[in-house]
Amino acid sequence: MEKLIYLDNAATTKTSPSVVEAMLPYFSELYGNASSIYSIGTKSKEAINKSRETIAATLGAKPEEIYFTAGGSEADNWALKATAEAYASKGKHIITTKIEHHAILHSCEYLEKKGYEVTYLDVDEDGVVKLDQLEKAIRPDTILISVMYANNEIGTIQPIREIGEIAKKHGILFHTDAVQAYGQLPINVDECKIDMLSSSGHKLNGPKGIGFLYIRKGVKIRSFVHGGAQERKRRAGTENVPGIVGYAKAVEEAFATMQERTGQERMLRDYLVDRVLQEIPYTRLNGHRTLRLPNNANFSFQFIEGESLLIMLDMEGICGSSGSACTSGSLDPSHVLLAIGLPHEIAHGSLRLTLGADTTKEDIDYVVEKTKAIVERLRSMSPLYEDFLAAGKKGAGK
Amino acid sequence: MYSEKVMDHFQNPRNVGEIENASGVGTVGNAKCGDIMRMYLDIDENGIIQEAKFKTFGCGAAVATSSMATELVKGKTIQEALEVTNKAVMDALDGLPPVKVHCSLLAEEAIHAALWDYAEKHGIKIEGLTKPKSDIHEGEEEEQEEY
Repeated sequence: MEKLIYLDNAATTKTSPSVVEAMLPYFSELYGNASSIYSIGTKSKEAINKSRETIAATLGAKPEEIYFTAGGSEADNWALKATAEAYASKGKHIITTKIEHHAILHSCEYLEKKGYEVTYLDVDEDGVVKLDQLEKAIRPDTILISVMYANNEIGTIQPIREIGEIAKKHGILFHTDAVQAYGQLPINVDECKIDMLSSSGHKLNGPKGIGFLYIRKGVKIRSFVHGGAQERKRRAGTENVPGIVGYAKAVEEAFATMQERTGQERMLRDYLVDRVLQEIPYTRLNGHRTLRLPNNANFSFQFIEGESLLIMLDMEGICGSSGSACTSGSLDPSHVLLAIGLPHEIAHGSLRLTLGADTTKEDIDYVVEKTKAIVERLRSMSPLYEDFLAAGKKGAGK
Repeated sequence: MYSEKVMDHFQNPRNVGEIENASGVGTVGNAKCGDIMRMYLDIDENGIIQEAKFKTFGCGAAVATSSMATELVKGKTIQEALEVTNKAVMDALDGLPPVKVHCSLLAEEAIHAALWDYAEKHGIKIEGLTKPKSDIHEGEEEEQEEY
């Protein structure tokens, strides 16, 4: 097999073999509908209940507060749109940030078209939400604050506990998109005063197509998907039993190995960051140096464009991602990189590498060497670099 | 997503570099959109393009279209070079994904910009050539888009 170094674990992860194994019986033998009364049906029901308990325990939540969805995006859409609908009589103002995932931002834009008002909070140069701005943005008609636990692109971890306190103090619901953070960081919904939390299975070595929304008891949001009485009548549709079982297995593993795994990832990530910043000139690290997800590194290489870099890395067997416009399918580079104040041309030259449990030091060494050579090659072709060097010569000649 | 020819011209770009004292140099695109192409032409006294080189900041398609454009104009007269359209560049590369068509337009503009520079330097008028519209400072003053 060709060399493959997968450093895009924030995009998705490899489904763990033990997760696949746990799921298999629920395709082949225990395929019963959990709503049926015969034994293979009730076995599905039992498996769902057990999975729900496993997941609830990791958050300090009650099992009946976990609602399975088809993924993180559905959970985000549900939290925002259903809260807006249920609390419209109290007000029509929502507060979120400029660096949310598109599942949040586009849901907000949709709500704006429906007559809701949304405040998009700024972040500082490290990508941290400004708490004083949050306090000031709160109005009597604010019904929801939605701030991601940790950012998917630059890995910055938000002051969730403080935001939860502020929301609680003002009697406003607090939702957090924890798709990137869940399984990487310890999370307790009571300590952080979280009312709703979104998560997704495939980000932590679980299967794709499964997620959940944690909804605190007492939060009055209604069903988003209408139909049968599944999920306590709040989310219709025959349960994805293999997905749920696999998700719970992945969660179990992620929490059992969290300390050791993230410790290892953090060490290798810091090694990667140090080497890249030391050995490749005109490079910056995007996101907070320490308040960041343990496996995330995000760089900007001046004078080059991200898609070219990604294709060349791919040819060396390295998988990464970029916030360049060319990879986003629009003309603008990543909204997150713009929000932390990067000029367009520097945002275009970004590279995100997200480590996994099986990443080794040898992998990192290989990636650093290849990245160094590719950045150098692309710079030798870049008119921006040419201009930069010419300006330097002129300046030195004075 | 790219054709084999695009990948070939991206991995092994032809004519990368600069020409010292070039007859004409044109720079198009802007950093904001993520593509800048600079084309250098060496044109002899008979109006034949002897040499073409480029430097590009941009995606795989931007590099490949620049490379192909330099290949296509080499050895051509000025009038023939004007007929190297974005479509000609795309066809020579066996096509581009729809979102990358603008890269081929940029390549066409880069040829035109270099020819325009040549014409200005030599005080001549090239039939059918208009001043290229795109330049690298375009849009730099614009405010960032707010949500």
